Amino acid sequence: MCASNTGQAAVLRSALRKIGYAALVVLVVTFGVSLMLSLAPGSVAETILGENATPENVALLNKELGYDRPFIVQYLDWLSHAVRGDLGVSPITHLPVTEAILQRLPVTLELAVLALVLSLVIAVPLAIVSAARAGSALDRGISAATSVFLSVPAFVAGPVLIYFFAVQLRVFPALGWVPIEDGLGANLAAAFLPALAAALVEIAAFHRVLRADLIGTLREDFVAAARAKGLSPSYVMFRHAFRPSSFSLLTISALSLARLIGGTIIVETLFVLPGIGQLIANAVLQRDVVTVQGVVAFIAVTFVVVNMIVDVSYGLIDPRLRRAPAARKIARGRSRTVKPVQKKELTA
Amino acid sequence: MTASTALRTRKAGDLPAPGIQIPAVAAIRKPRSVLVWFSYFWIVLIVALAVLAPVLPIAGYDAVAGPPRQPPQFGPIDLLLGTDRVGRSLLSRVIYGAQVSLVVGTAAALGGVVLGLVLGLIAGYFRKGADTVIVFVADVILSFPALVLLLAISAIFAPSLWTILVGLAITSTPSFIRLSRANTMAWAGRDFVKAARNMGASDTRVLLREILPNVVPAIAAYLPLVIAALIVAEGSLSFLGLGIPPPTPSWGGMIAAGAADLRTAPYMVFVPAAVLFLTVFALNQAGEHLRLRFDRTLQD
Repeated sequence: MCASNTGQAAVLRSALRKIGYAALVVLVVTFGVSLMLSLAPGSVAETILGENATPENVALLNKELGYDRPFIVQYLDWLSHAVRGDLGVSPITHLPVTEAILQRLPVTLELAVLALVLSLVIAVPLAIVSAARAGSALDRGISAATSVFLSVPAFVAGPVLIYFFAVQLRVFPALGWVPIEDGLGANLAAAFLPALAAALVEIAAFHRVLRADLIGTLREDFVAAARAKGLSPSYVMFRHAFRPSSFSLLTISALSLARLIGGTIIVETLFVLPGIGQLIANAVLQRDVVTVQGVVAFIAVTFVVVNMIVDVSYGLIDPRLRRAPAARKIARGRSRTVKPVQKKELTA
Repeated sequence: MTASTALRTRKAGDLPAPGIQIPAVAAIRKPRSVLVWFSYFWIVLIVALAVLAPVLPIAGYDAVAGPPRQPPQFGPIDLLLGTDRVGRSLLSRVIYGAQVSLVVGTAAALGGVVLGLVLGLIAGYFRKGADTVIVFVADVILSFPALVLLLAISAIFAPSLWTILVGLAITSTPSFIRLSRANTMAWAGRDFVKAARNMGASDTRVLLREILPNVVPAIAAYLPLVIAALIVAEGSLSFLGLGIPPPTPSWGGMIAAGAADLRTAPYMVFVPAAVLFLTVFALNQAGEHLRLRFDRTLQD
């Protein structure tokens, strides 16, 4: 790293500011969730005791559990436990929420990572082909195909994929989860269809961003120089153009990973997978307020932290972006070189 | 976009010096693609069917129209797309489901537009404290995945048309805040705004008479995209059994109900899935097309 001292100090300062901001967002988010859930009809005690409980018993149990205290005290109590990793005990399953989340995290994480990998594996080659032949019939065809994927939400893709791959072709299991201890092959086979169902929507965004950035880079002088030296188009594409074009892709990949961790609810419900999405969906159906609060807080914190890491790491990955405003601009996928391309891309 | 609009949207500093001929700019827009035409056609068709549903010669959405689990077939209009597990017409249920999806999607998006526009105008025009607070609120809402936020809302209030509308409007507000804020900032620096202010116009007047009319087209152009996203969100909720309560049909609920019979009667999933896909696809295409024409922040 050859940045000057002041440059590094600026990066550090802006990183600290972003971390502080993220902490504030997390605080407000958890407070908002707690406030919302405290408005829910029916107390935790009523959930535990069932419909036949007398009001006296309910009041007694609420007092015992601390739900008779003012809201702000309850929230601070919850927060002080939450920062120590204790998200409370579910009144329905009587299991600690933290334990339930950690137990289910590997499933959701595997699904999210697999979905991300699948969508990148499909989107990156398509984007390279598109950018190499920008404006051609092939490029327009690929763009049309990705916008088809964009319109296939997981609850549409899921049943259709099950029908063709599990019912007709019988190449993948239709439902259920196989833990990784029972064999990697069986595990991946069980995870493939749900991951693909969740991945389809992401493909369009990845293709769009990488294609636009590649077209922008391919117009730069250093690419013209490389071509003038007589380097082959594929060498120029992979060795010269790809890396500087991949920053926006990196950002939105990280963001979609964060989104997928909270967004596999549909596929987990449809494919009956024991992940975090199923946990929160069940908790909502059973009105298990404590679990909902814990899971929502967990997902929101994950989301904010990933966002912040992406934001901060920008200045570290790309030395051209050490100045904060420029970094922010690029992070939103609107670098100068991209702009005219976006316009053209959208007419195509 | 025609040559004249291309010139109109140039920045003032880009204007050529006097005496230099402005080069004739060829129309950069290709003729509208087949897909875009098809998309507008589909949107008109589905809206017309949804509006005309009560007068169309179809069975009621909750009435038994034929034997259960009939595949799509020619013959009586109610059997055209098949029947579900109790013999209700899928055609009728898909059309009445369109009412729910379109009304919920559009109403929630309009709610989000009004809220987002007001907050975005204030943030983008006054900047400073108001800007910080409003952007912060948007960031807080955006730090939930939309579906998780909607689930949390369903955990509190029993699912009904109103809770879903309010929930969806809240989830769509932050994007509109960001959009209208960015557009407001783009317009607030323009000479005609400065001129109005120098002539003594109040902030309210500048916002309402000078800036708002320019921001509205850009925001409105995003409406189809947001409506599409909200239809998907409503479908996801209904799919999880947390949407509009039955017997009112909704596309997501129909897909969830059909998924149980996937092996024997796949059309029970395919019919609502295809209609939902076509609607979302058409709205996305139309939205891209409109956005390109009207969003100033994409043009300079």
